[in-house]
Amino acid sequence: MLEIRDLRSGYGLIEVLQGISLRVETGEIATLIGANGAGKTTLLMTLSGQPRARNGSIVFDGKDITHTPMHNLVRLGIAHVPEGRHIFPRMTVLENLQLGAFACDPKNFADDLDFALTLFPQLESRMAQRGGTLSGGEQQMLAIGRGLMSRPRLLLLDEPSLGLAPLIVRQVFDTIRLINRERKTTILLVEQNAFQALKLSDKAYVMVNGAITLSGTGAELLGNSEVQAAYMEGGLAQTVPA
Amino acid sequence: MARGLSLAALRDAAAAGIVAGLLALPLLGFRLLDSAQGLSLGYRLSWVFYAVIGVFLGRLVLNLIGAKWAARPRSTHHNAAMARFTPSASQSEYIAGWAMIAIAFVLPFLPFVDRNVVDRMTLVLIYVMLGTGLNIVVGLAGLLDLGYVAFYAVGAYSYALLALNFDLSFWICLPLAGIFAAAFGVLLGFPVLRLRGDYLAIVTLGFGEIVRVILINWQSLTGGPNGLVGIPRPSFFGLEFRAGAGGFADVFGLAFSPAQRIYFLYYLILALALITIAFVQRVRSLPIGRAWEALREDEIACRSLGLNPTTIKLSAFALGAAFAGFAGSFFATRQGFISPESFSFIESAIILAIVVLGGMGSQIGIVLAAVLLVGLPEWFRDLQQYRMLAFGGAMVLIMLWRPQGLLSRRTPTAKLAEAGSS
Repeated sequence: MLEIRDLRSGYGLIEVLQGISLRVETGEIATLIGANGAGKTTLLMTLSGQPRARNGSIVFDGKDITHTPMHNLVRLGIAHVPEGRHIFPRMTVLENLQLGAFACDPKNFADDLDFALTLFPQLESRMAQRGGTLSGGEQQMLAIGRGLMSRPRLLLLDEPSLGLAPLIVRQVFDTIRLINRERKTTILLVEQNAFQALKLSDKAYVMVNGAITLSGTGAELLGNSEVQAAYMEGGLAQTVPA
Repeated sequence: MARGLSLAALRDAAAAGIVAGLLALPLLGFRLLDSAQGLSLGYRLSWVFYAVIGVFLGRLVLNLIGAKWAARPRSTHHNAAMARFTPSASQSEYIAGWAMIAIAFVLPFLPFVDRNVVDRMTLVLIYVMLGTGLNIVVGLAGLLDLGYVAFYAVGAYSYALLALNFDLSFWICLPLAGIFAAAFGVLLGFPVLRLRGDYLAIVTLGFGEIVRVILINWQSLTGGPNGLVGIPRPSFFGLEFRAGAGGFADVFGLAFSPAQRIYFLYYLILALALITIAFVQRVRSLPIGRAWEALREDEIACRSLGLNPTTIKLSAFALGAAFAGFAGSFFATRQGFISPESFSFIESAIILAIVVLGGMGSQIGIVLAAVLLVGLPEWFRDLQQYRMLAFGGAMVLIMLWRPQGLLSRRTPTAKLAEAGSS
């Protein structure tokens, strides 16, 4: 469904992505893990056209989208839930969700709203509340719910666990799996929480300094000693009792 | 409990009265008399008495209202279920809005209202219209524009030049002036697409000045600093406001009075302002209005949801400018004379102050702020050279009292009941 070949991009003189190639098949959950500054977010942003790709190609469903601007991707079926939630703080939860369906056929709105609310029942009682007054976890749910309102075939999730309590993180990951199963939505997940992310992914990539160093199925990487040492020191122990 | 409350209120009011008495005694109670025999001391104890009574009663009323205010059912934040069904604050705003419209309509017929008041309110309404237009750009789309007066000027000069050179009527020029101003809005919009905040403010400020300087220097077209004179006044469906046969008064069998034109202009701008307000109110709940607000909130989120920031920004600039163009052509026809002096930076500042003071996005807030900012300086005229001081002081007080503007609450444009059907 998504194929990235030898992608290079960066900001000014700094080249962040130094030739990334990866594939995401239809219906799977693919995960990209890596430390701070590895270039994970830059990869997703380059997918969305900002910064521009300097080299290489991005093909979605057989269509070259390397230079497609971000605001046209939704119509192609790609929803990007950016890092740090980026909800509309002064607008209500309902308005946030409506804006998620901005580029889409309004006749699907009621169904999509129902789906978002079955995924995130907490949002239902908060519909008339301003987005900015939600808790961090609720804001993340709203951001994901808003992304789903456009019925994407590919969902790009950038660090959905950022700054959330462990219990909420687990809930968010459960929901991601649910979205994948229920709607057959293909998901490209970027995460620092390697353990949780690898557990639910069909395929995973490890990114170091702007290049993919390791790839395999989620289970393979979960068992890889290098990955364990680099990204899950203590992480495993922490999550066992839970 | 109610008795305890009012007792506490009474005690508090009494304390305030005593403090007022202590303060008023030296401040109001004594007076220096300058007579032929030299200075002597006079007493004004009655003033002290009035001050004490005034403060006592005022404090009591405030306390009682405040108690009620504190005891009112809290909604929005914690009780979302209630807020969903009864946006009570917006209902009172709704009533206030209709009351204001009603007052505006009967204003010229009120006994204490004379020509001057109507004329002054006409000016206030021009600023209501300008504020509402700028509100699209600043309040809704979040683009800080310090050169808004440029579009006002474009509108005014468009009307004046079209009417003087091509003999077109006001009603044909009005939409044309709006279109010209909107075109200038897009013209300004393009170079500033990538700018936000301070940078945008500086460039728009420069744009406003450029337009003014062009008006001063393009002598052959604009008349330079002398401006344009003899701009045709509007007619009532072809009937001119003049004495003699064929004039408005003659046809309707009235005695001719120059006040008739003033009253006509008042109703004209009232209608224009109401149309502007209704338009903006409506457009807020349309996709384009949503998109403006979303852009103000978060540009990255906008992009990720498929909203194109370029078109959103340009449409905000264009529509905001169009309303300034309408207001400008009305201004030109009302004055009969325009010069670049009317379109200096201070105008932009006042219009922006109206939007900010009104609460960035609130329609009623804008009306209140326009009355305050445009109306008050005129009523302060008795203060002579202290007028601007009083004006500045009033603004400081308002900003202390309501740092978010007079009415800063944002009314949601969607309610749940609608959601299912839309």
